[in-house]
Amino acid sequence: MAQGFTRTEILPALPPPITERGAVKWMRENLFSTPLNIVLTVLGALFVYWIVASSLPWWLNSVWNAESLSQCREIVQAKAGEGATGACWASIRVWWGAFLFGFYPPAEWWRPILAFGLLFAALAPVLYAGQRGNLTLVLGVVAAFLLVTLYLSQAPTSAFVMVVVLVAGLIALAQVLPGKLLWFTLVYPALCFWLLWGGSIWSPIVAMAGFAVLYAVFRLTSPLIGLAPAAGAGIVAAALWWLYLDVPLLSALHSMLPLEIRSINSDQFGGFLLATVIGVTGISFSLPIGILLALGRQSDMLIVKTLSVGFIEFVRGVPLITLLFTASLLLQYFLPPGTNFDIILRVIILVTFFAAAYLAEVIRGGLAALPRGQYEAADALGLDYWRAQRLIILPQALKVSIPAIVSTFIGLFKDTTLVSFVGLMDPLRGVTTILRADINWKGIYWEPYIFVGAIFFLICFGMSRYSMYLERKLKTDHR
Amino acid sequence: MTMATDAPKDGFRLSMLVYDTRYRSYTIQIVVLVLFALAVAWLLNNTVQNLAARGKEFNFGFLWQRAGYDIGQQLIPYNNDDNHFRALLIGLLNTIVVAIFGCIFATILGVIIGVLRLSKNWLVSRLMTIYVEMFRNVPLLLWILLSYVILSEVTPQPRDFRVTDEMVAAGEEPAASMMLFDTVAVTNRGTNIPSALFERGLGKLDLGFVSLNLDFWAILAVLAASVFINLRIIRSARATQEATGVRPVTWWKSILVLFVPVIALIVAMGFHLDIPTLQGFNFQGGILVAHSFTALLIALTLYTAAFIAEIVRAGIQAISRGQSEAAFALGLRPNRTMNLIILPQALRVIIPPLISQYLNLTKNTSLGIAVSYLDLRGTLGGITLNQTGRELECMLLMMLIYLSISLMISAVMNMYNNSVQLKAR
Amino acid sequence: MKKSVFFGALAATTLVAGLAGAATLDDVKARGELLCGSNTGLTGFGAPDASGNWAGFDVDLCRAVAAAVLGDANKVKFVPTTGETRFTALQSGEVDLLVRNSTWTSSRDSELALDFVAVNYYDGQGFMVKKDLGVSSAKELDGATVCIQTGTTTELNLADFFKQNNISYQPVTVSDDSEAQRQYLAGACDAYTTDASGLAASRATMPDAENHVILPEIISKEPLGPVVRHGDNNWGDVVRWTYYALLIAEEKGVTSANVEEVLASTTDEEVKRLLGASGDMGAKFGLDNDAFKRSIAAVGNYGEIFSRNIGEGTTINLARGLNALWTQGGLQYAPPFR
Repeated sequence: MAQGFTRTEILPALPPPITERGAVKWMRENLFSTPLNIVLTVLGALFVYWIVASSLPWWLNSVWNAESLSQCREIVQAKAGEGATGACWASIRVWWGAFLFGFYPPAEWWRPILAFGLLFAALAPVLYAGQRGNLTLVLGVVAAFLLVTLYLSQAPTSAFVMVVVLVAGLIALAQVLPGKLLWFTLVYPALCFWLLWGGSIWSPIVAMAGFAVLYAVFRLTSPLIGLAPAAGAGIVAAALWWLYLDVPLLSALHSMLPLEIRSINSDQFGGFLLATVIGVTGISFSLPIGILLALGRQSDMLIVKTLSVGFIEFVRGVPLITLLFTASLLLQYFLPPGTNFDIILRVIILVTFFAAAYLAEVIRGGLAALPRGQYEAADALGLDYWRAQRLIILPQALKVSIPAIVSTFIGLFKDTTLVSFVGLMDPLRGVTTILRADINWKGIYWEPYIFVGAIFFLICFGMSRYSMYLERKLKTDHR
Repeated sequence: MTMATDAPKDGFRLSMLVYDTRYRSYTIQIVVLVLFALAVAWLLNNTVQNLAARGKEFNFGFLWQRAGYDIGQQLIPYNNDDNHFRALLIGLLNTIVVAIFGCIFATILGVIIGVLRLSKNWLVSRLMTIYVEMFRNVPLLLWILLSYVILSEVTPQPRDFRVTDEMVAAGEEPAASMMLFDTVAVTNRGTNIPSALFERGLGKLDLGFVSLNLDFWAILAVLAASVFINLRIIRSARATQEATGVRPVTWWKSILVLFVPVIALIVAMGFHLDIPTLQGFNFQGGILVAHSFTALLIALTLYTAAFIAEIVRAGIQAISRGQSEAAFALGLRPNRTMNLIILPQALRVIIPPLISQYLNLTKNTSLGIAVSYLDLRGTLGGITLNQTGRELECMLLMMLIYLSISLMISAVMNMYNNSVQLKAR
Repeated sequence: MKKSVFFGALAATTLVAGLAGAATLDDVKARGELLCGSNTGLTGFGAPDASGNWAGFDVDLCRAVAAAVLGDANKVKFVPTTGETRFTALQSGEVDLLVRNSTWTSSRDSELALDFVAVNYYDGQGFMVKKDLGVSSAKELDGATVCIQTGTTTELNLADFFKQNNISYQPVTVSDDSEAQRQYLAGACDAYTTDASGLAASRATMPDAENHVILPEIISKEPLGPVVRHGDNNWGDVVRWTYYALLIAEEKGVTSANVEEVLASTTDEEVKRLLGASGDMGAKFGLDNDAFKRSIAAVGNYGEIFSRNIGEGTTINLARGLNALWTQGGLQYAPPFR
């Protein structure tokens, strides 16, 4: 037998051919795999080149220090030669305060910053109910953010003391009773209004006491007259409190212990501060209304259902701009003669209605996503309607709806730019119009739009990514 | 041991209204209704008092007064001697035309981008992702303002098109020239496009408050008749196919029926294009499409397309691979697989959110206020309101019109949606 | 009679203003603040700077009224209004006084239930074109594209003018002055039409002012002035006479700098009455006697306000023209203060 040659050891693998490895392989597979793909790639590359080539000089010739647009242009001409164009970011340098805070006095900027930071501290207990680690983490980040930004905005020492005491207290509470942090969320709206608008510290306290009155009356009378009448009695008591007791009590308390910060008129609100105030207030006040409307729409009661559907469809059927014009032109017609209140408050009311109609549909989607078994199980346990909603249905439905609620908020936040059409100073058109009326900066338009657009993009993109993350996380919980 | 007893047969007591589930829903509904009626009455009472206090009355008579202002873009004839109602109609038509074009373009663009975003081409799918994220996360208002600025800053002035004798002598070209065989001129005031003119036109039929352009309606009537006849041809072909198994060739009949009559009519009426030419300050002749319209349309299209792209992408991804594999296993060819298996299912996912995007686009046309596009809000809710001071009437009428448009769109689209939804459960 | 209305938790905020009663003067005094409806931003007439301080020709009139009524020219809250919202804001009591380049017309007086109490600026609508267009009269603008702001009387005047002269035009509507200027400079319209003062202001701030001309035709009368609600005559009188006090001060040579001096030394009985040194003219308006003196001291007389904000030497660079005193050939004429 001929001795055949048998290889005794395995040859080392040859490297793949040049077209099948590294950058070439990647390009072949991802850019040039088919004729169509080659065409698309070339077109895409040409497009990118065109964008970069046409705008790069403008970006490179940016001017950061100048007094006026004409000075900007002179600097650009001197630097890059006759006919060169360049961005004039100096306008933003001069006006950035107005873009962020409107005409809110610079000495008080720490207040909106503080309110903004605490917003996350108030949101954390909702998103991470009872999770000690996450809560502590969020509160820590909030504290760090606040200390840095407050330092940058030259806040008074009292602000620092307030932040440290408040956040330390909250962190301590998160360690001991993380569930009770929700109380901070409930108190936050009043705290926020006080920080933003200022005035006596007693006014938010006395106003919040109205809710305490409501709850007390409800608890005291419900064993005697039943739940629904007790709720009615509570609301009546609270309304009486706000209408008749609020003002005298407030002045009495204030004269006893006058603790107040400088009061700021709402006409000084503007820029992203205004957008955030309208957006956040709108969405948070619309949440309870939206839940009620969604439940009303699901209800078997014909009249309740008709009214809910009518409201939702009406608000969703008209453009936001007509609602804003209603706030500015018509609302006074519908209120008792002589009643007159601030345009920002009127806009917030209409924006709240607007958001409520959209949220109602979002929550309806969440309710519909629940399996019927959940409703049947609640019925089988003998829970009445409100208990079933509160304990079984809504917690699940709301959890499913969180990503959609965030999207609604993004939409609403972008829509706050429309308030400029009723004369408010939104960052996009309101502040920009004033900047463009400034004699030094007449004729500028790209820079403010790009600046404001970039900030909107950062905020909205961040939120949409977060909501996608939430969606993924919630999905695994359910399937 | 407990004994089963009959339910107590008490008489009706007042407390049962609250505690008995049989009656409670009625009680709640009546309470809600009463509260609602009281609220409405309160609002109406306040409105009446406020109107009286300002010495105004609620009536729509002002709609028949002379408007007195001019509107740049008018789809039906209008001049400043017409009344406010006519101005309202002009505005409404301007709203509708932006909405219709916007929906069509946004759908086309959105589908292309949605598909390209799933492309295996790295560069293209990244570019599309950037596009979608950029447009979704920045307010629409910004895109409208930017498109307007770009359109009026980048495009040439009408005078740049002018060719003077000196320039001819020196052999110079004008700074700008017209496009598409010298028929379209894009200036920084708008786009001048040719319009259709008929030498032997049918004239106009005056019906009192509207005058009908008979040329237009004649063409429309002939087209409708052609489409109808074409449907008959297809139907009879299908009947033949079902009876005999052989489908008669119909394509040349369809082409004949669809195109020949219209072309014949157009030729008979003496069709020619009215091409814009530079005269005096501006291009004369043809149709001027103002930049406020173009900017609004571009911004609405780009913005909504980003949302539609996401919807399309989600729709395609929602169809499992098994569906197309099953279709192939059944021996269906790829195009039939697409038509019969994939598309009907993807459409079921795509259409409901698409409807709400159409609604959003229609409502967003009201942002034309940013570029002073004279749509419904610009005429009725803008200049008319401002000149007459009738904010209550103008605003209510405007809301009512927008509401009816929205309800009509959702009704039509829901009908279509119901036809593509699965019937069985 | 200020009665606060509170709405739930929002009561906590100071958002809620009072009930606006019939007597605006009392409301303003009780509130301690004058609500003044202003432009969202019109260079020279009313615009805020980067830190929110309002300045301008119209703004100073509001400050003068605040100084007369409240004793402090800074107790003014400026409420920016748009063309659409301005009159509603006034009618509903959102502002006490509207000083926003509003033209006095008969229908606004009658139908809109407004009262124009004075004319603080006599204006007229004009046209601005680029010099190289070779146009010397508005009647040569046949077929031109014209930029106009919406929501004003100018669009009605424009339609009337072109119709009367039997020539055609293409309107380009824009929402505010800076946008109109941008379009005009970019050549998106051949002519820009607005009040002549606005045109002059725009032209003055252009980088190449010498290349633009304002055509000689003034196609309308535009008396601009402060507006109050119909039916509150006392408040109307206060605003009207604050304005006239500024005019009389100019006529008599009283300025913000020399007002104390004049008060001490004057022998002119009208000046004495004006500054509160004799008689009780201020009290008759429901103000105190040196109310008008405070106005003059705070913002200066009419001439000072004019030259500080829009007059020759400022970037706006407007001549007095029709707005000179009657003694100098203008139309500004105040009734006697007695």
